[in-house]
Amino acid sequence: MSTIGYDSWAVDLAEVGAVYPFQGTETFMFILGLVFWIGWHRVQYVREGKHLDEARKMGDAEKVAKMLERY
Amino acid sequence: MDGNLNALTTVFTEFYYWVTVVFMFLIHVGFCMYEVGASRRRNHMHTLMKNVMIIPLVTVTFFFFGWWIYWAFPNAFPGMGGIGWEAGAPYAPWSENMGTHLGDRITGVFWAAFLLFSWTAASIVSGSVIERIRSSALWLHAVMIGSVWWIIDAAWGWHWDGWMVKVLGYHDAYASGVIHAIAGGYALGVIMVLGPRIGKFAADGTPRDIPPHNPWMLTIGLFLIYTGFWGFYAACNVPIIAPEVIDGQIVGTTWTATNIYLAPTTLSAITFNFLMSLSGGLMAAYIVSKGDAFWTFSGGLAGVITASAGNDLYHPIQAMLVGAVGVVIVYKLHYWVERKFKLDDAVGAVAVHGYSGVIGLILAGFLLWGAPSSPYEGYATINPIGNTIGAAIMFGLLGFLPGWVLAKMQAAAGVLRIPEEVELQGLDYAEHHAYEDAVHTIIEADKAHLASRVKA
Repeated sequence: MSTIGYDSWAVDLAEVGAVYPFQGTETFMFILGLVFWIGWHRVQYVREGKHLDEARKMGDAEKVAKMLERY
Repeated sequence: MDGNLNALTTVFTEFYYWVTVVFMFLIHVGFCMYEVGASRRRNHMHTLMKNVMIIPLVTVTFFFFGWWIYWAFPNAFPGMGGIGWEAGAPYAPWSENMGTHLGDRITGVFWAAFLLFSWTAASIVSGSVIERIRSSALWLHAVMIGSVWWIIDAAWGWHWDGWMVKVLGYHDAYASGVIHAIAGGYALGVIMVLGPRIGKFAADGTPRDIPPHNPWMLTIGLFLIYTGFWGFYAACNVPIIAPEVIDGQIVGTTWTATNIYLAPTTLSAITFNFLMSLSGGLMAAYIVSKGDAFWTFSGGLAGVITASAGNDLYHPIQAMLVGAVGVVIVYKLHYWVERKFKLDDAVGAVAVHGYSGVIGLILAGFLLWGAPSSPYEGYATINPIGNTIGAAIMFGLLGFLPGWVLAKMQAAAGVLRIPEEVELQGLDYAEHHAYEDAVHTIIEADKAHLASRVKA
């Protein structure tokens, strides 16, 4: 029993192909990957929007002027 | 891998591409340094983060669909045969070849070499939009240019079976067009919608220079890009291949290195030409910019980019002159476009990559006129019309147009540009406030501790 399909390397390497675990679940892994990627964009987009909204109200004139000096 | 020679060739090829990938990582390090050096202090962290996160986002999407596009799309153009489902199948993300596979030692490293080109395409766009684009907007553009548009152009014009090579005789050995013209065109489309940074233009429309905050960082960044460019050149070649494997018109038994079209060249040739075009670019840029450091160093890059389309076949002196001519045109064109259209290309990316790429393609069409574009029978030979049409496809159809359309959609939704108040405070305002608060707190704590010891 092995997750990669081999439990010993007593094999002819010419006959060996894929050796990653859980072969046969590639499509499922692809869907998981897509969800992770698109979910990341969603989380980042929402956080950035909130962050920028708060930022518009931050910083009095003195602070902004100080920031402008930070070349 | 049957036979020791085949095994050695395969393992050598695997290692060769792996080394190019490590070298090419320096391109991205260079872009990061360059962007941070060019941006103002109040935008550093966001500028850096914007470019760094291109790496994972383009990587995962290039795994999910970019690499499949390269193999399935060489003839995906009206009248050319359509999508090659069978050819693309081994490179779909659910294919066994896209994983740890003892029978396939090349797919992973070849994928990675192309992936590093993808990062470069996205990073070129990233530089031109610094200090005013929302990161979320840029990262969407990065995925589109890095994992969709450039790789479609590579399938069409940078693949042995690409329709542009067969029909137009398109020749672009080291990617003047397929990386640089498209990325420059894309950046132009985005900045046209995005608008200039506050203060870039005076009320009467006169452009103002916004100097880099750290010229030394910018210089080291450019030198790192030069260094990574060596890896890029090597990665564009097939290092060693037998004529019977190419299965084209080459006769005899002499093994050779080839360009991406499987036409013969040598590492030695491209080493000559890389250095001579770099030199031509640096020398011309020094003269035309009257010794301006930014333009002189960028001119070296522009020289290489201009000569890249034909650097597999040029004589070194031709490469030098092509690089020099390209830089003069690019420099003049940059300032003319800036004045005329009020466009703020913060790092000169449209000029150095986009205009250089276009000029390089057109020049290669003339200089290599009649040379075979491929070792296969029936392909059009290299010609100026084919390469000029190719330049328009790269810069305009697959670069400028998609960049402009997506930026327009983002602008309409109000998610392209940061608010004016934030642009003035700087994107790092929150970090700076937190930094200053933390500094204040720790100083007060230290003072309190000191006071307690004095009392004791």
